[in-house]
Amino acid sequence: MKRTSVVVALALLGLAGGAFANEANYGRNMAAACGSCHGTNGKSVGGMEALAGYPKDKLVKAVQDFRSGAKPATVMHQLAKGYTDAQIEAIATYYAAQK
Amino acid sequence: MTINRRDFLKVSAAGAAAAGIGSLAGCAGGGSGGSGNVVVIGGGYGGATVAKYVRMWSDGGINVTLIERNTNFVSCPMSNLVVGGERKLEEITVSYDGLRKHGVRVIQGEVTAVDADKRSVKLANGDTIAYDRLVVSPGIDFMWESVPGLTPELANTKILHAWKAGPQTVALRKQLEDMKDGGVYAIAIPKAPYRCPPGPYERACLVANYLKAKKPKSKVLILDANDDVVSKKGLFMAAWKDLYSGMIEYRPKHEISSLDANSMTLKFEFADAVKADVLNVVPGHRAGDIAKQAGLITANNRWCGIDWRTMESTARPGIHVIGDATLSAPLMPKSGHMTTQHAKIAAAAIVSLMSGEQVADPMSIANTCYSYVDGKQAVHVASVHTYDAKEKTFKTVAGSGGVSAARNEIEGKYAWAWAKNVWADALL
Ligand code: HEC
Repeated sequence: MKRTSVVVALALLGLAGGAFANEANYGRNMAAACGSCHGTNGKSVGGMEALAGYPKDKLVKAVQDFRSGAKPATVMHQLAKGYTDAQIEAIATYYAAQK
Repeated sequence: MTINRRDFLKVSAAGAAAAGIGSLAGCAGGGSGGSGNVVVIGGGYGGATVAKYVRMWSDGGINVTLIERNTNFVSCPMSNLVVGGERKLEEITVSYDGLRKHGVRVIQGEVTAVDADKRSVKLANGDTIAYDRLVVSPGIDFMWESVPGLTPELANTKILHAWKAGPQTVALRKQLEDMKDGGVYAIAIPKAPYRCPPGPYERACLVANYLKAKKPKSKVLILDANDDVVSKKGLFMAAWKDLYSGMIEYRPKHEISSLDANSMTLKFEFADAVKADVLNVVPGHRAGDIAKQAGLITANNRWCGIDWRTMESTARPGIHVIGDATLSAPLMPKSGHMTTQHAKIAAAAIVSLMSGEQVADPMSIANTCYSYVDGKQAVHVASVHTYDAKEKTFKTVAGSGGVSAARNEIEGKYAWAWAKNVWADALL
């Protein structure tokens, strides 16, 4: 039912037919770039942290901490600096919803 | 419950109130539907990933046929571990059965021709397969003329490249095992751009790692056509000095003028000739043969120009080109990881196009290349690339990316974890 409510909500917001799917897919597409390391839809097969079902606020915080250096990293600090807060928000929303 | 776009139209017509208005947080939907036939040529990192993601993101609505000449996927990344004797070929080999489980029709075969007007591809066995959209992920083929004296036959028997993983990887390993202690292994690197920029330097490390343990009187010569180390320079130089001092020698500005396979000698434009016991010559690259046949090569007779929003060819509508065969955007490496990112851009665009939706600007993409400097320690280079709508290309994000602070064992573990995850993401 989840998607039904989403599309309906978006329709009520008055988004044009062609555009809404792209909006809905934004987080999915952005998150897919992380999937090469963290697994398809965040389902890691091991050795990398799984991001599927990762709480949204926790992911946002982790990325901020990677950027600031508060959270130690081998590579994530360098990747985290390539994304805006809005982009991380979209990615975090997507992963939080993955089972 | 999954709902596609057509269902949605019904639902919205039936009245939104009945369905209730949910929160936008739930918008982690699956596919947006779509229908039709996609054919993918090439089952490497790019082809496998795009095949899986088109199936997944279209909720199985789009039929996908993948045509690949080999029985299994064999990874180029990590193949230097096989050359160096740290891993076996089976460990970097993945079956296509996982893609079949996603409903991808996997055909083992060779595409001999693409008919862009009729929208069909022809196979060596005479079969013709029609498509609505074609993805060409051919990797690279070699410009044999870049090494006078080298032929495809020689390159398959004596002067190996091992720059496509598989039988060549195993054969190079065998040459190293057969080499006497005190022998010389030389790797010749073509001028950039070539696939896997750090790859040759990693190979030199892993060959030296083997020789140091088993044949310590031997030498490793790196003969680089480029003016300097192309990737992770400081990290590789440190490894050569600290780990393989007296064994690895780096020689820049070594552009080959000719090869004499009988005397195992390479001659250079501006440097002394080199004789070696194992000559590992990587010739210059261009987009794979099928891209050439299909008329997709648009730049310098080598690379395929594409629209970065969709990965669609600038030469042939309806055909998407991904991976090493593309004319790279600025500072974008030709790597397996990057190719998976191309594949995801293409998959998102194809599903949108085949469901009659507007194509959104592509997502940001990232690259990370891990290289082993010995059996346990690795180093990486990473970058984030974002689409510039004005200039219609990808650019690296200022302030992002970089390389490892120093070689370390933690990344030796992450490198292998990367491989397992990226293989699963592409093929399982
Ligand atoms: C090159 C592989 C790679 C890519 C691509 C990648 N990550 Fe990571 N990620 C790692 C590694 C490795 C770690 C462990 C920290 C470190 O050493 O950098 C990590 C850790 C994390 C963590 C912390 C997990 C925890 O609980 O400690 C989060 C959150 C995360 N990544 C999110 C992301 C997001 C979001 C993206 C995409 C924008 C992404 N990663 C892309 C490799 C990657």
